[in-house]
Amino acid sequence: MPRILETRRLTPVTKYFRIDAPLIAASAQPGQFVMLRVRDGGERIPITIADYDREAGTITIVVQEVGATTKRVCALEAGDEILDVAGPLGGKIEIPPGGHVCGVGGGFGSAALLCLMRTFTARGDMTTAILGARSKDLLILADELRPLCNNVEICTDDGSVGFKGFVTQRLAQMIAGDWPGRPDHVVAIGPMAMMRAVAETTRGPAVKTLVSMDPLMVDGTGMCGGCRVNVGGKAQFACVDGPCFDAHQVDFDVAMRRNKAYVKEEKQALDRLTCMANREAR
Amino acid sequence: MPIKRAEKTPMPVREPQVRAHDFKEVNAGYTASQAAFESERCLRCQDPVCVDGCPVSVPIPEFIHAVATGDMAGAARMLRASNPLPAICGRVCPQESQCEAECSMTLRFNSVAIGHLERYVADWERTQPPSIGAMISTRTEKVAVIGSGPSGLVCAGELARLGYPVTIYEALHAAGGVLRYGIPEFRLPKAILDWEIGLLNAMGVEIICNVIIGKTLTLDEMFNKMGYAAVFIGTGAGLPQFLGIPGENLNGVMSANEFLTRINLMRGYDFPDSDTPVKVGKRVAVIGAGNTAMDAVRTSLRMGAEEALIVYRRSDKEMSARVEEYHHAIEEGVKFNWLTNPLEVIDDGSGWVGGLKCQKMKLGEPDASGRARPIPIEGSEFVIPVENVVLAIGTTPNPLLTRTTSGLLTNKKGCLVADEKTGLTSKSLVFAGGDAVTGAATVILAAGAGKRAAQAIHDALVSNVPGARGSQGVGPQASTPRF
Repeated sequence: MPRILETRRLTPVTKYFRIDAPLIAASAQPGQFVMLRVRDGGERIPITIADYDREAGTITIVVQEVGATTKRVCALEAGDEILDVAGPLGGKIEIPPGGHVCGVGGGFGSAALLCLMRTFTARGDMTTAILGARSKDLLILADELRPLCNNVEICTDDGSVGFKGFVTQRLAQMIAGDWPGRPDHVVAIGPMAMMRAVAETTRGPAVKTLVSMDPLMVDGTGMCGGCRVNVGGKAQFACVDGPCFDAHQVDFDVAMRRNKAYVKEEKQALDRLTCMANREAR
Repeated sequence: MPIKRAEKTPMPVREPQVRAHDFKEVNAGYTASQAAFESERCLRCQDPVCVDGCPVSVPIPEFIHAVATGDMAGAARMLRASNPLPAICGRVCPQESQCEAECSMTLRFNSVAIGHLERYVADWERTQPPSIGAMISTRTEKVAVIGSGPSGLVCAGELARLGYPVTIYEALHAAGGVLRYGIPEFRLPKAILDWEIGLLNAMGVEIICNVIIGKTLTLDEMFNKMGYAAVFIGTGAGLPQFLGIPGENLNGVMSANEFLTRINLMRGYDFPDSDTPVKVGKRVAVIGAGNTAMDAVRTSLRMGAEEALIVYRRSDKEMSARVEEYHHAIEEGVKFNWLTNPLEVIDDGSGWVGGLKCQKMKLGEPDASGRARPIPIEGSEFVIPVENVVLAIGTTPNPLLTRTTSGLLTNKKGCLVADEKTGLTSKSLVFAGGDAVTGAATVILAAGAGKRAAQAIHDALVSNVPGARGSQGVGPQASTPRF
């Protein structure tokens, strides 16, 4: 079982994990994900690979506590083993070289920019990371990203650090010519609403944009079809055809509706876990 | 002198009203006296045509005779020698269209219940201490098996018997493939699968889960990096097909693969004790009429659906499900809408399934598949009110491995091109079998292919013919790395 080598709380609800997984580290590419399971009877959840170190044989993931399973993951510490880690799954992000690549990270989605920015900076692209958070305390990985790209732009809703406003406003300024300039390619990773807003921002000015879709998945290997996303009117499996798709072709309404299919059950599972934890605490 | 009795001894089954609400096995299995009685119906023909109907040529009259004479150990030995998964095949094989269809008794009476007897012998075997111990590796060449479904399990077992160190790589977190995620507990209890896997473990076969060949490791790396001398691909046909009709992305529409995986592999019936939920409404429509459709429709009853129905554009004559499954479904109260073609899934107004719009069909001339072509009847559209639609219209091979492997040829259906006898693919020392080659078929065909490929791998490695070993040669003998 893959062992956790290092953990760090990034915010009260997000946690950073470095995991010993040499085979996954050896073949991982930006944009891919792993499937995790943390207990017998547990569900399989897809988590984006934030970074990898081929020499050390490790992968990095950042998990946000949103439901019962992610809460269970975040209870793990260095030295613990994860029951199942399978990957890397999905396709890698492919962008023609030589342009200005702008990665837009919302919330814990910023983590996935680590390997993305490193890869594109290393091959000589100009790179900008725009990181968005509600406030300074919720901003993650800005210091880690600085050495990996040419520019890091920080946006907070309350203006507690960096630009006061949404990532899309800063992105629009750049497209209009503000420093560091109009990107040739945008990759947005984060909450569905943020990715949709990015898609709308880049649609008019026709800036090529990829979004990393995060639909409900059961197996993650193409077997269930539960992760199908409507892209350009066609059903695509996020696990094998994605998870990154042309943002201007994705039907976000359908994607957001499909992601809510199990909200009631998700809440039930979370309440149950909280209740069990409370009972144990007493 | 064998005693002729016209009727096949019926399989004892649990009461439909009871079993339709739990996941315990439907068929209870023969008692010793029923098995003895049934085994005496076999005529022990000079020319046992039943064997011709069996894809792996089980010595049917011989094993049945052993049952009749009380030599259970002998019967078990004979069965297992030709079919390494007898307890599974005794339950899921379509005997009525294979061995039992050929049985001489059918000239005047019912066939001998070969499948029920196979199951009886295999179940007896599981009550005995295992007769197979650790195999001693007499060969130095390591062989890898990709996928732990029926073809992979059988291939690995045969290779171990031939003296090879064998490792099975499974993409999911548990071994068994379709036997684990697809076939429900009420038809194939997981304990039987676990027992078979335990037997392989005892023989020394290593099973590594959570490794996706084509992603975690490429096929070429299996040779170059991992040092395998040969590879068997048994990756099945796991990619679900969709109809492409409007409304297919509404919440509540699932592939049968998703529905069954949530329940069988992920234990969705146990939510919230297990973490994977599955939403089953009051009325569930399952589209299709194969075994997977029957599994899905009967599972939805067990998950609490008040009404479960099959929607199929042809008639019951063209249905591909086993007769036994069809009868069990009828007994359990499944409703059948024959000659009904789904046109659109209707939104209930909140993004969930509210109904299934269909059209009545009539049958015309046979089409390319040899089955009567369904023709729409104009103006016959109607809506069936349902809360779930489950699509069981077939699966195709998963492209994960072929997409990342150069030189591995597939046909236009995505199936691997492999030699019918040996399973050799377009790449040297890479063999394949089961649904990955044939498209969705049966457990026994996959098992047969796995067994033949194991022998072919042995022949290729022993013969050492230049070319048979391929240009890749044998890589460095890498020790098993960390996963």
